[in-house]
Amino acid sequence: MNFDYTEEQTLLENMVTSFVRDDYDWDTRCSIVKTEEGWKEENWKKFAELGLLGVPFDEDQGGLGGEATDIMIVMEQFGKGLVVEPYMPSIILAGGLISKLGSADQKNLIIPEIISGDRRYVFAYAEPQSRFDLFDVKCSATLDEDNYIINGFKSVVFGAGMATHLIISARTDGDQRSKSGITLFLIDIKSDGITLQNYPTIDEYRASEVVIENLTVSKENILGELGNSYEAIEEQVDLSTIAICSEAVGILQVLKDSTNDYCKNRKQFGQSISANQAIQHRLVDMMIEYEQAKSILYMAITADLSNTDERRKAASAAKARIGKAIKFVGENAIQLHGGMGVVDEYMISHFFKRATMIGILFGNVDFHMKRYTELTQSNIQSINEDDGINLS
Amino acid sequence: MDTAFSSEDLKFQSDVREFISNNYPKELKDSIGTKRKTGKELSRGDLMSWHKILGKHNGWSAPGWPKQYGGAEFTPTQKYIFEQECARAECQYIMPFGVNMVGPVIYTFGNDEQKAKYLPGILSGDVFWCQGYSEPGSGSDLASLKTSAVKEGDHYIVNGQKTWTTLAQHADWIFCLVRTNPDAEKPQQGISFLLIDMKTPGITVRPIKLMDGSHEVNETWFDNVKVPVENLIGQENMGWTYAKFLLAHERSGIAGVARSKKALERIKQIASAEMSYGEPLIQDPAFKSKIANAELELSSLEYTELRTLAKDSAGKGPGPESSLLKIKGTDIQQMVTELAMEAVGYYANPHLGTTLSNEYVGPDYATNLSGSYFNFRKASIYGGSNEIQRNIIAKMVLGL
Repeated sequence: MNFDYTEEQTLLENMVTSFVRDDYDWDTRCSIVKTEEGWKEENWKKFAELGLLGVPFDEDQGGLGGEATDIMIVMEQFGKGLVVEPYMPSIILAGGLISKLGSADQKNLIIPEIISGDRRYVFAYAEPQSRFDLFDVKCSATLDEDNYIINGFKSVVFGAGMATHLIISARTDGDQRSKSGITLFLIDIKSDGITLQNYPTIDEYRASEVVIENLTVSKENILGELGNSYEAIEEQVDLSTIAICSEAVGILQVLKDSTNDYCKNRKQFGQSISANQAIQHRLVDMMIEYEQAKSILYMAITADLSNTDERRKAASAAKARIGKAIKFVGENAIQLHGGMGVVDEYMISHFFKRATMIGILFGNVDFHMKRYTELTQSNIQSINEDDGINLS
Repeated sequence: MDTAFSSEDLKFQSDVREFISNNYPKELKDSIGTKRKTGKELSRGDLMSWHKILGKHNGWSAPGWPKQYGGAEFTPTQKYIFEQECARAECQYIMPFGVNMVGPVIYTFGNDEQKAKYLPGILSGDVFWCQGYSEPGSGSDLASLKTSAVKEGDHYIVNGQKTWTTLAQHADWIFCLVRTNPDAEKPQQGISFLLIDMKTPGITVRPIKLMDGSHEVNETWFDNVKVPVENLIGQENMGWTYAKFLLAHERSGIAGVARSKKALERIKQIASAEMSYGEPLIQDPAFKSKIANAELELSSLEYTELRTLAKDSAGKGPGPESSLLKIKGTDIQQMVTELAMEAVGYYANPHLGTTLSNEYVGPDYATNLSGSYFNFRKASIYGGSNEIQRNIIAKMVLGL
């Protein structure tokens, strides 16, 4: 048993760490989010050169054949730099759907172009009424001879303004909340019938509302089986959930370490504020929350993610537990920074904001607690012994 | 990253499981079960008989001891597996005072005569040890202890009072921190580590009843107790070094993950038998979310322990991180005892579930769950209170 990285994984970590250190220092990051586009396309090219865009894809498609650990390594370091380029939405989530569901022709065409950085897909799934339910889909696709006509509205699609293509979930059959009848479509973002309303998010990432009006899509652009995509969506969202948990752990480390340093340096009443036991114990509790968050992430990464139940449990356990750690570490980081914590100018608030928004993405603490509870409390044996509980 | 056990570890796991199932005495299980239900104190035999069985099997009573002293010298992973399997089978746990506390001090700092005299009895479980550290005025501030040992010829004369002496009512020997130099510059510098035979004239043990009614701890008084000088461990006035060594050993394994897991499983069973709003309690959203919360805390802690273990196997620990295991482990034990009490509703009330004419009341599984809740408030206080553990992390890990 070990939690060590392989030699390749250590190289990968060093590579992403140096990217964040050399090409993504705090000032650079601030200037990137202030541009009109809200990201830097050159960085995407750099990711392609470094091989990062191929991390999760199969080797026979030109990828690195990476596993959950490799994705964790990239996401954790991106978290430490608050990297805004849409790596998770495009490479992990949309890329994962295409790998999972694409026909041989689709994969041969698309995946090499994703890895080279020439195409960026993002997945438009959420709708105003769906909240975190991936199966709640109103957006409709109706057959008209050889084409589908799609109408609907997709909410808060991360990275859509930076994408060349979309994957849209639409209902080809069933009721609004039915798990069957959901079909995925591959769409050129410049297609007639697609209108994007782009906006910055509170944490300075970018997202879009996507209005779909009489969009015509040929049958060949269906991804996966007609009306049978829900399970694949759930699977890829679970894996993406673990990816953003990794990002969160990177962010929590920055929040914890920076707060530690700040409290050592900040002097009041003639001494470092970290000399006060009230502050010390808070810092210790932040450290414990960070370690617990990291541990549950390791649990998720090393779980048997190819087993559906294990994967669901792992994703929800990690997201729920890390969501709690985000609130505790984040809010206390701000509190202990005092006035410096609440200003835009100092970096700590930006880490807090990103972590908090990750807390919502793909379902918040309540959502995942409920899901975890349902997954773990179904098969309880009835009590058959009478010797009580032995706790000592 | 690889959390799978190696094939050797899996073989070891099945060996342990088989050994327990063939050798853990059914009478012991029954005896302990009945006593817990009726609130009777466990006897010395209940506490030690499993230890004695393990002591005859390749040193399994002392999983961490080196082979040269008769221990099993398990790897950290084997230790983890062994604990897990014992918890799974709900075996009586091994008293820590001999095996985990004084034993390692003796084989690390004691001389050859001391090793030969004391280690075999600890290993076999024939000699019962207790711990003489805390005093009425010295809890978390242990170094302020006052019990004195004055050298007169080939004896020390010991006077003073120890408290919270767990299970001293059964003990043959006590290991004590005593003050041999009252004039030392710092309080830590005048302390020595003495082994004392509990039969020595001048020792009085008085029970302290805890709030659940149990008798686990005692006051131990020393009135001109004569202790031979050869019972001193290491050097005079160096006892603090040995004490700190011992405390680090005491904290490892304190997380109790496997036992808490087992208890949570049982609580879920209870909650499926109990009713609330006309449905099994386990269906109640508020209750089931508390269970899920405890499970998540426990999963995280399990991986924190595994991470510590992996570091330990690589020869890098355990360091002050064991304080984290103590804090979270005892938090969870308290969470679990509270949930168990909560699960049985009104039947938390009857003391030990018996009437004045000794008839049982309420469901069997409800007996003494409130007692456990009250009893386990001790967990965040003993072994260095959780506030002291935070001080240790602040200083040793965070550099504050």
